[in-house]
Amino acid sequence: MISKLNSGASMLACLMVVAAVATAEAKDKVKIGFIGPLTGGNSNIGLGGRNSVDLAVRLRNAQSSSKYDYELVALDDECKPNVAVQVATKMAADRAIIAAVTHYCSAAAIAAVEIYHRFGLPIVVWGAVLPDITYRNKYPEIHRVNGMMINQNNVNAELVSGLGYKTFAVIHDTTDYGKGHNQYFNQAITRKDGRIVGTFGVTADQQDFTAELTQIKALNPDVIYFAGLTPLAVRIRAQMDKLGVKSVFDGTSGIVSEAYIQGLGPLAEGTLAFLEGAPTEKLPGGKFFMENYTAQKYQNPPEVYGAFAYAGMDLILNTIEKVGPDRRKVIDDMARVKDRDSIVGKITFDDHGQNTVAVVTKYVVQDGKFVEWDESEYASGKRKLLVQR
Amino acid sequence: MDAGLLAQYVMNGLMLGTMYALVAVGFTLFFGVLDVIKFSHGDVLTVGGFTALATFVGLGALGIKSSPFVLLIMLIVAIVVTAALGMLIARYLVLPLRTAPPLNTLLATLMLGTVLREAVRLFYPQGANPKSFPALLPTDALTLGQFNLRLDNVLMLAAGAGVIVGLQLILNRTKLGLAIRAVAQDEETARSMGINYTAIVLVTFALGSALAAFAGIMNGLYYNEINFGTGLLLGVIGFAAAIVGGLGSIYGAILGGFLFAALQIIGAVMLPFASAYKDVFAFAVVIALMAWRPTGLIREKISERV
Repeated sequence: MISKLNSGASMLACLMVVAAVATAEAKDKVKIGFIGPLTGGNSNIGLGGRNSVDLAVRLRNAQSSSKYDYELVALDDECKPNVAVQVATKMAADRAIIAAVTHYCSAAAIAAVEIYHRFGLPIVVWGAVLPDITYRNKYPEIHRVNGMMINQNNVNAELVSGLGYKTFAVIHDTTDYGKGHNQYFNQAITRKDGRIVGTFGVTADQQDFTAELTQIKALNPDVIYFAGLTPLAVRIRAQMDKLGVKSVFDGTSGIVSEAYIQGLGPLAEGTLAFLEGAPTEKLPGGKFFMENYTAQKYQNPPEVYGAFAYAGMDLILNTIEKVGPDRRKVIDDMARVKDRDSIVGKITFDDHGQNTVAVVTKYVVQDGKFVEWDESEYASGKRKLLVQR
Repeated sequence: MDAGLLAQYVMNGLMLGTMYALVAVGFTLFFGVLDVIKFSHGDVLTVGGFTALATFVGLGALGIKSSPFVLLIMLIVAIVVTAALGMLIARYLVLPLRTAPPLNTLLATLMLGTVLREAVRLFYPQGANPKSFPALLPTDALTLGQFNLRLDNVLMLAAGAGVIVGLQLILNRTKLGLAIRAVAQDEETARSMGINYTAIVLVTFALGSALAAFAGIMNGLYYNEINFGTGLLLGVIGFAAAIVGGLGSIYGAILGGFLFAALQIIGAVMLPFASAYKDVFAFAVVIALMAWRPTGLIREKISERV
């Protein structure tokens, strides 16, 4: 009797599997795309992004409740604008592809934006940080889940004004990176009633900053805000000490690196810096993401932006499930994304498709390491920044 | 302007000027004896700085910590290494190109500079990153209002001035100096008087490169940081200073070095627009000066007359 029951159960199980396969086959195929640097110097990040998107598709296809069977088309932009234009055209011209998660490199993304707009392909940028990608035009096709300079400087201004700092001197390098940060920090800190007492543009290979810093010393600001990369930051911070400048040193994402600490030693202590995104394990869905990613046994790690690529694809898949595989409808629905939960936190697109509540991590150097501000002894009050009031 | 602030600018300018002058003197020495422009000079300075840093790390590993002693060893090692490098460059690159057009020497040394720079970047452990240079001089500081006078800066200024005076003494008061000046004045006659031409050229290159090593260490101690690109801009500025002062004249090089430093400070402080243009301003003035005095502010005493 028991064995009969068993065989009956196993037969039933077999039937269910067959039925499941049958329904899976009955589902319509829907193509979605991914573009990132799969070869070249940034390929580790590109492959991590591709795998993360692949993971989102696999998890979705494994769900019996999903209405469609999704197929991923992944193309390589090599981080080059000219290649990006070609692959974007190839992808956008294929009407079978409904939407895509595209570009880690800003130069590639900004070159391809026009093409997505012309062909009406809805895309979600997963890593590129240049504000112009979403803000130069108001294209309904373009969205971005990761944060960028503007978010970073808003978070920066909020922290330093929260610490009671009122006066700021700005040193920025004269590249697009430095100038962009200068502009957005200026806007953000002015809104917080901070006052910029002096702005100094410097070339990206300058060695001597004593003239600028002597002027800054006379202006006596609470904070020196620096927009540029590590090599300059190391020189400026070291020369601040030589001249006895006691202001807090407040940097951008460009200085968050091991090299900054190595170049300065103990002088790095108390430097502030900000980075778009967060370590994957710190993201709201980081644990879930890492467990599933590891289970797939991909050859490369997801890297910092993998979770954003996953979140972008997941958003696209949710939208297609809701409105069907139609580019126009997907675009219309994505315009209304507000407070949507994802593994990288809430997603709210503004009228430019930019996620306005993107995660930005605050860092402070403590004992020779970039430590998250909220976990640091500076935040808990155990230690004080140079002129913390 | 506040007096303390002014004093601070003057001090900054003196430090910069000393470093520029040391580099410019090297250019002038090489041009004096061989009529060549050795563009790898700035990168020899970088090699000197990194040699000193490596020596520091090595001594630290051996447990030797006494600052004055460590600094002395660093100076000696760096000077010996760059002097040898200078001699090698002279023997195997500059002298073989003696009969080629001067442009070839200029290009070859320019390329050699890139080789040196990239070698430091690639072969020094994590050479692409800026490196922290130890502060080995006493850092006591005297604060007078806006003026922060540091003992290490004063010591470096004194040492820099001492080196330049020492070089003058070597050139003007010793037999070696006499031989160098003889070769500089007229190679043929010097040879016929029994001066070993090749040896004098090698010694001059060793001397000039040793100056670069000194400047490299001074640069490291002053900024507490060196990187593989340190010598690139210093080389260009040193060269410009040597030209403006009058290539071939030691005093001209010193004058040029301090003049360039003063121009940079004025550019950063006095000009109404952002300090981003201070180098543009300084180089523009140099161009104007060159147009006004093509042979430099201090003319070489013996110029060939055709």
